Amino acid sequence: MSAIAICAAAGSAAVLLPTAAKTQPQGLQVSEFKLANGLQVVVIPDRRTPVVTHMIWYRVGSADETPGKSGLAHFLEHLMFKGTEKNPAGKFSQVVATIGGQENAFTSQDYTAYFQRVTKENLEQVMTFEADRMTGLRLTDEVVLPERQVVLEERRTRTDNDPAAQLAEALTAALYVNHPYGRPIIGWMHEIRQLSRESALDFYRRFYTPNNAVLVLAGDLDEKEAKLLAEKTYGKVPRVAEVAPRMRPIEPEPHAHRRLTLTDQRVQQPSMSRYYLVPSYRTATGNEGEALEVLSHVLGGGQTSHLYRALVVEKGLAANAGAWYQGTALDATRFGVYAYPRPGVALEALEAALDDVIEDIAKKGVDAEEVERVKTRIIASTIFAQDNQASLARIYGAALTTGLTVASVKEWPAKVRTVTPEDVQKAAKNWLELRRAVTGYLMRPQTVGAPEKRS
Amino acid sequence: MKIARGSRRISGFFKGIAMALALFSSGATAEAQPGKIEKLVTPAGIEVWFIRDDTLPIISLNFAFDGAGACQDPADRAGLAYMTASTLDEGAGDLDAKTFHERLERRAISLSFSADLDTFRGSLRMLSDDREEAFELLRLSLQAPRFDQEAIDRIRASVVAAHRRSLTNPSEVASLRWFASAFPNHPYGRPVKGDEASVGGVERSMLFAFVKKNLARSNLKVAAVGSIESKELARLVDQVFAKLPEKADLTPIPDITPESLGRRDIVDLNIPQTTILFGGIGLKRKDPDFMPAYVLNHVLGGGSFSSRLYREVREKRGLAYSVYSYLSTLDRSGLFLGGTSTRNDRAVEALQLIEEEIARIAKDGPTAEELAQAKSYLTGSYLLHFDTSAKVAQQLLEIQLEDLGIDYIERRNKMVNAVTAEDVRRAAKRFLADSKFLVIMVGRPAPLAKSNGG
Repeated sequence: MSAIAICAAAGSAAVLLPTAAKTQPQGLQVSEFKLANGLQVVVIPDRRTPVVTHMIWYRVGSADETPGKSGLAHFLEHLMFKGTEKNPAGKFSQVVATIGGQENAFTSQDYTAYFQRVTKENLEQVMTFEADRMTGLRLTDEVVLPERQVVLEERRTRTDNDPAAQLAEALTAALYVNHPYGRPIIGWMHEIRQLSRESALDFYRRFYTPNNAVLVLAGDLDEKEAKLLAEKTYGKVPRVAEVAPRMRPIEPEPHAHRRLTLTDQRVQQPSMSRYYLVPSYRTATGNEGEALEVLSHVLGGGQTSHLYRALVVEKGLAANAGAWYQGTALDATRFGVYAYPRPGVALEALEAALDDVIEDIAKKGVDAEEVERVKTRIIASTIFAQDNQASLARIYGAALTTGLTVASVKEWPAKVRTVTPEDVQKAAKNWLELRRAVTGYLMRPQTVGAPEKRS
Repeated sequence: MKIARGSRRISGFFKGIAMALALFSSGATAEAQPGKIEKLVTPAGIEVWFIRDDTLPIISLNFAFDGAGACQDPADRAGLAYMTASTLDEGAGDLDAKTFHERLERRAISLSFSADLDTFRGSLRMLSDDREEAFELLRLSLQAPRFDQEAIDRIRASVVAAHRRSLTNPSEVASLRWFASAFPNHPYGRPVKGDEASVGGVERSMLFAFVKKNLARSNLKVAAVGSIESKELARLVDQVFAKLPEKADLTPIPDITPESLGRRDIVDLNIPQTTILFGGIGLKRKDPDFMPAYVLNHVLGGGSFSSRLYREVREKRGLAYSVYSYLSTLDRSGLFLGGTSTRNDRAVEALQLIEEEIARIAKDGPTAEELAQAKSYLTGSYLLHFDTSAKVAQQLLEIQLEDLGIDYIERRNKMVNAVTAEDVRRAAKRFLADSKFLVIMVGRPAPLAKSNGG
């Protein structure tokens, strides 16, 4: 799985969107409304514990940056903790800490989100602070420059320390030849170094406005209370910018399979991975997105999947193998497959076996029984997701900032139900073509004729 | 600002917990009431801490075998507990691994086992309608595991691959080195997941022996939350656990304090950052000074954005993305650990800064304001650990494992609030005063570029 969002602070794990847990199970009363200033509000009641998850999502991510300023959306996310005219640096976090709240923020290619989890009686207070920093940010170089160092350290931790992460970054960059999804969310090292206070503020003024945001409130409150609090806090924030439709350069139809190899002395366990350019939930037609979701499970979702059975169990070539689909994206997205070879197995042999599995599905299709099993699991996951208000808030926030609607999230399980074995086969045939893909090898520099020995 | 206590409107099924935190104290009750912890005793005599919650049609079962973690691994077979946990769901009874997993998946049942240094755990999560099937599969896995050679070899290959990947993960490298150096002659010094040689030598008979020896009723703890009648839960729990051996045959593990304190080791790894892990003697969970120490650590390097280490290392100087400290409460040792990652040429500076902050708080303690704020945070945030049934089940299990008592949830915030400045100073003397730490630096820290291993 690849992380698609990164956080302001360590300690909280990188956010993996649970695509399989995109949900609207029975009984959940999700409502939505809009304030006069254009702020969209989603309310997800969960009355079991007097706790609320408060999230504000901006429809802006790394793919909305100006070329040459990669990392700006994420850098701004860090700077949003540096104070406003009304509330000096650190005050908001100090208050959250004092009331015993949890807070953090994260940035993806398509969205930037901030959240606090607090007991109910503290909700209005954090909403007031969050509304204040929607347009009130004040920055000085005194706080901006050390924070830029922090982001550079974050990049080293996440990417440069780890050859596998470096390869993933290179694969994404190679997959997208025209679309800004090819840029790393955290930014290229040399461009992060150049990001300034002014460019951060320009970006902020362009995108941080109520008409470009979604407020998600999940927890112990109802629509009426939510409306009252939203009006009282965010309702006072003026619309400060008009927001243009999010038209990014579109990927051309790909014609050539690309290959990358990262060799590094640090690598102790080689691996191969491949990304395919495929439709996202937003760009897909019919139930194509859901079919890709089901395909990712049938192909590589755990022990009963085709990849695991063939590569790990039957042929004994791999230590592990799997697949994933990142359906939550505004534009054309990634479908990934990966495998880790057992000692002595060449990556080429592993890749050939993986190709056979994919070809087999595209040619012969899949069993009705396994498709049913996968659909049951996906649909059940939407019920399990209801147990966690914070996950629900994330599911809705991510959907609404990647071109989906509350209605489409609610209909998701029903749409998953419509997926047939033929749809799954068609998805494999149509989208898992080599010309749509980039394949990467991670390995140690090889000494000719000396295969890796099992120790 | 005002922290509301006792006046909030309570709603929903976990209101019992919210009330216990805020309003009144009550013991265990005989009848299941929504949101109240019931100490259920099954017909076979197994104790289950249970909260009935019918909001969602799901059930979470968490259980553990106390003391049956990696500390029970034979000295030359580190990774045995971990391998056992990883292979226990690879087929059972008449079901081979494939069929077993298909049965789980057909009903969307999650079953998993894990092992850490002290404890062997399991968790089972299902839709209420699928409870018979879920408990039956769990029963089979514990009472009739197959440990087929094919499954063992396959799981071993994935453990070895994961181990190889971890060799380039600086945090894991640092942690393995720290524990190996701190506990050279004790099970805590051995890696939970083993290494290639130790895992390579794990044989089928050892897995059976591990289960038979360590997973018994005498060290079993069970917690459950969800939509099920207590009577039925009791029946299903008995079905799974009643036939386990009566008594675990645990190898006694001696109490231990970390060695090599004052030493600074560098592990050479060709990366742009140095990952620093430092640690020394902490306090055990049952120590009367544990809570003051916990509050003190929160001020120093605990979870929030306002700790001293966060402020000095990250906010003011931009030296790191992450910096933290925490108290680790192993059964046989209390530890104080912390770390950060920073560019190689500033690693020495970052470490020095951290050591100065520790020395400062050890000498002067936190300010009155810091102390008040830490207590406010720790009490206010406690409820956030109880907002999903999975988290609640987890909490109910941990409280049993730590032997804190069924009324702990209602006592806990009072214990935090009772911590005084004097308590904190006393605690600081006990674990921070001499500031002698074993420090592991992974990377190429300059100017200390000399390496002593890697």
